[in-house]
Amino acid sequence: MNKKLKKGKGVSSRKFLLLFLGLMILLSAFSYLAYTQIVSHLKLGLDLEGGVYVLMEAREEDGEVERDTIERAITIIRNRIDEFGVSEPLIQQEGANRIRVELPGIDDPGRAIDIIGRTALLTFEDPEGNVVVTGANLREARFTQDEFGQPAVGLEFDAEGAEKFAEATRRLAGRELPIFIKLDGEVVSAPTVRNVITDGNAIITGQFTAEEVRDLVLILRSGALPVELVELETRTVGPTLGRDSRDRSLQAGIIGFVLLFVFLLVIYRTIGFIASFALGVYVALVMAILTALNATLTLPGIAGLILSVGMAVDANVIIFERFKEEYRSGRTLRSAVEAGFKNALSTILDANITTLIAASVLFYFGTGPVRGFAVTLSVGILTSMFTAIVLTRYLLRYLIGANIITNPSLFGVRGVDYVTPADH
Amino acid sequence: MSRLQIIKYRKYSFLFSLFLIIIGIISLAVNGLNWGIDFTGGTVLHFRIGQPFEVEEVRDILREFDLEGSFIQKVGHEGFFHEEKDEVIIKTVSLSEEERREVFQAFQERWGLNEEDIISQESVGAVIGGELTRNAILALFIATAGMLAYITIRFEFKFAISAIVALVHDLIILLAVFSLLRIEINSPFVAAILTIFGYSINDTIVVFDRIRENLKAMKKYDYFTIVNSSINQTITRSINTSVTTLLVLLSLFIFGGITLRPFITALLVGVVSGTYSSIFVASPVWVIWKQREIAGRK
Repeated sequence: MNKKLKKGKGVSSRKFLLLFLGLMILLSAFSYLAYTQIVSHLKLGLDLEGGVYVLMEAREEDGEVERDTIERAITIIRNRIDEFGVSEPLIQQEGANRIRVELPGIDDPGRAIDIIGRTALLTFEDPEGNVVVTGANLREARFTQDEFGQPAVGLEFDAEGAEKFAEATRRLAGRELPIFIKLDGEVVSAPTVRNVITDGNAIITGQFTAEEVRDLVLILRSGALPVELVELETRTVGPTLGRDSRDRSLQAGIIGFVLLFVFLLVIYRTIGFIASFALGVYVALVMAILTALNATLTLPGIAGLILSVGMAVDANVIIFERFKEEYRSGRTLRSAVEAGFKNALSTILDANITTLIAASVLFYFGTGPVRGFAVTLSVGILTSMFTAIVLTRYLLRYLIGANIITNPSLFGVRGVDYVTPADH
Repeated sequence: MSRLQIIKYRKYSFLFSLFLIIIGIISLAVNGLNWGIDFTGGTVLHFRIGQPFEVEEVRDILREFDLEGSFIQKVGHEGFFHEEKDEVIIKTVSLSEEERREVFQAFQERWGLNEEDIISQESVGAVIGGELTRNAILALFIATAGMLAYITIRFEFKFAISAIVALVHDLIILLAVFSLLRIEINSPFVAAILTIFGYSINDTIVVFDRIRENLKAMKKYDYFTIVNSSINQTITRSINTSVTTLLVLLSLFIFGGITLRPFITALLVGVVSGTYSSIFVASPVWVIWKQREIAGRK
């Protein structure tokens, strides 16, 4: 009888040991893959990578900005940014008349802002101030040089534009009068018209640098914005600061984690080890989920993540304290684990749902980095509940079932007098 | 098993909180809060000069643009202990892209900077500041209402109100610290407040949850005893959780670079205050209210 029982126990504990090891290996493999393969795909916010954030508002003289106008403006801005060459720009309408632009990882923010926000309304005017032809009739703008080899903007009008231009030059050429080329109301150059130009070609000369000409060509090609855009908010993070913030918070996070593991191991021994392991898996999971959601990791987002680690530990601590209590009240290790989890569940749910309420309000009202923070905090809370309630539980159940560790003090349970000599 | 007589000595903890709150209110009245450009509108320019310089030299340059009244600060990023202050932060009125460029060009001429020396530039219009303030207040109210509703459904209204009292306590202490230390308040601060709300309420719920459980299990005892033993049963957890969170936050504060510091400071204050209030404010408030109710019935 005794023998048979022992044998049965051996088989089941071997099964639990295998389950325990299997789960550990599986989770380690997953975490390893997540850290090495997935994390590099995680999108970083402007504060971590450097870049420009601009919020602009369309202002129309009579107040109302039509939906169509905003959409056209967005298309034009998108064309300009594409020509400028930014990887993964974000151009979004916000509210009725605002446009938000985020350009990660560019090294000349001032120039980018200039290109995005410039209305670029090109007009040719005669000395009396009559508009002869506008940028709307442009077929092509290109980089060229004037007769002295200076960089200049070459223009080519479409048929209608060419005709208007020919008519105006015919009028002005006889009198040796200048034609005013204005960009956004400012005179860029005022060449004297000597010949009638019928082929629809013109060049704008001035004291331009090559870069200025390239930018002018770019914005003229994409066309003028249909409405004036006023800059409401601009944030520029230089690439050095972005890299610095990223490295420092990563380093700080690792140090914090090591301290956390030491603390858990000292206070909770074996279960502390399980919890530390679960935390490692937890961070890998959160990173993977954030990558899958295509979420952007911002600096406050990292802080949110770290805070959610605190909450994940909390869920474990609640369970462990409960487990110790149950054990002290006379249960076996195995039933104390089950009772601990069962009784801690409603506490963890209530405590985390209230935090989730705060996080969702943040998500709804926040913009930019604050919203990123809300996302990481929410994902963090949900994932922490999963790791604490499901992962830690199974790991602990298998470990105790495996019967390798029978000394309760290894579980951080002290001052207990149920320890029999057999346990030592 | 109730080693700590928290409920019995509640007067002292109330007096302690009251003392802190009074200091806070005085500081708020005298110092006010140091609102950043996110709320007030304005421009912040952060340049790396790359060599020793004087604040007055910066002011002289700004004088050309009639900006000599700007706030100028020397900062450095070179490590925690040996900060080589070769960077400057200028906080001023809202400047346009063109004005910002002109200011930078003046610095460029004086110290030979290039584009890479623009560490950061932020410009916020006054309209945005107003909107942020409105949204922040709205967010706080909605979050509070949401928590109030949830706790009322899962527990009871008195628990909800007691929990909110603890939250207001934490908020006042947080504002007091920021007012006393003159730390600048920007939009992440709103996120910090809501996180602290979440954290503090999380802590409070754990205690309340135990009170609810003990109300059933300890029917023979009075409210004071039940609440006191509930606090004692959960205090290890409360402290352990705070310690773990504080460990991570402290390492972020020390090693995480200056951009994060105001935000982390808010979270540090909030975690300490939130833990304190869940033990010494929320439950005592609830039990006093409950006891009054019984006394009223008699």
